[in-house]
Amino acid sequence: MGCVEALNYEILIRDASFKECRDYIRNHFPESIDVEPGFKIFDVHTIGVPPIAVGLDGDFVIFPYTKPCHGTFLLRVQDAEESARLRALKKGLK
Amino acid sequence: MESDTTVQPPKTALLVLGCPQVPVQTSIALYLVSRFKKAGITPIIAGNKAANTLLVVADPDRHYLGEVMDLDRAVAQIMEKKRDFDRCFVFIHNDAGISYAATMNAISKAKLYVLVYGEHQEDLVQQITFPCTKIAAKAVHNPMPLKKAIDEVAPWAA
Repeated sequence: MGCVEALNYEILIRDASFKECRDYIRNHFPESIDVEPGFKIFDVHTIGVPPIAVGLDGDFVIFPYTKPCHGTFLLRVQDAEESARLRALKKGLK
Repeated sequence: MESDTTVQPPKTALLVLGCPQVPVQTSIALYLVSRFKKAGITPIIAGNKAANTLLVVADPDRHYLGEVMDLDRAVAQIMEKKRDFDRCFVFIHNDAGISYAATMNAISKAKLYVLVYGEHQEDLVQQITFPCTKIAAKAVHNPMPLKKAIDEVAPWAA
C-alpha cells in the first residue's frame, strides 16, 4: 500500500470533483492516458470514475488523488521513470 | 457414508465509509452491521481514521463491530486479489463518495449498493451511472429517512 506523502508533489487543484480533474488534465497538458480505477501510479491506487485521465508533461506525471473528506486533489510529481512507464503503456494501448 | 455437503464460508459485506461530517453515516453503519450480523453476514468496515474512530469509540466492547480496516488498505487488498467481498455498500454524500463507489464497481466482484444521503443527494444520484442498487434519502441529522429506504430494499435478505 502506498502513501502519497512519500512523494514530492505539487498540488495543482484541491477539493475538486473527479470531472474537473479529468477536464483540467485533458485541456492543460500535451499528453494524457486514460486508466481504470485502481490503476497504480507510483505506489498509489487511483480512485475515481472511469476513465481516469493522467497527464504527462515531460518528466512530470499529473494524476488525481481522492480523499473522502477533501474531494480530489490534482497532483504533479516529477519522475522520469514513472512518466516513461506510462508513455510505454500508452503506446501499448494504441 | 461420506457426506457431499460442503460448508460455505459466511457471506461478507464491506461497508465503505465516506467523510463522517454528515451525522447519519455512523448511525446507519451501526444499524447495517447489526442487521447483517443477525442475517449471518459478516460485516467489515472500511473508512478513514476519523470515520472508523467514531464507530470504534461508540462500541468499545465490540457488541456490533467486527473487523474495521483502513479504506486505502481495503482498495489495495482487492486490487492485489488478496481479498474480495460478496456485497459492498458505499456511503455517498459528496463527489469523493461517487469516486469510491465507481472504483468499487470497477475492481470488486461484490454486488454494489450505494447509500446516498445529505443535502445534495438528488444531484449525486443523477451522477451515478454505473450499475448498482441505489438507496437514497435526504438525511443529514435524522437517520430515519435513510433507514426507511434501506428497510424497503432489505439488502441483508438479498
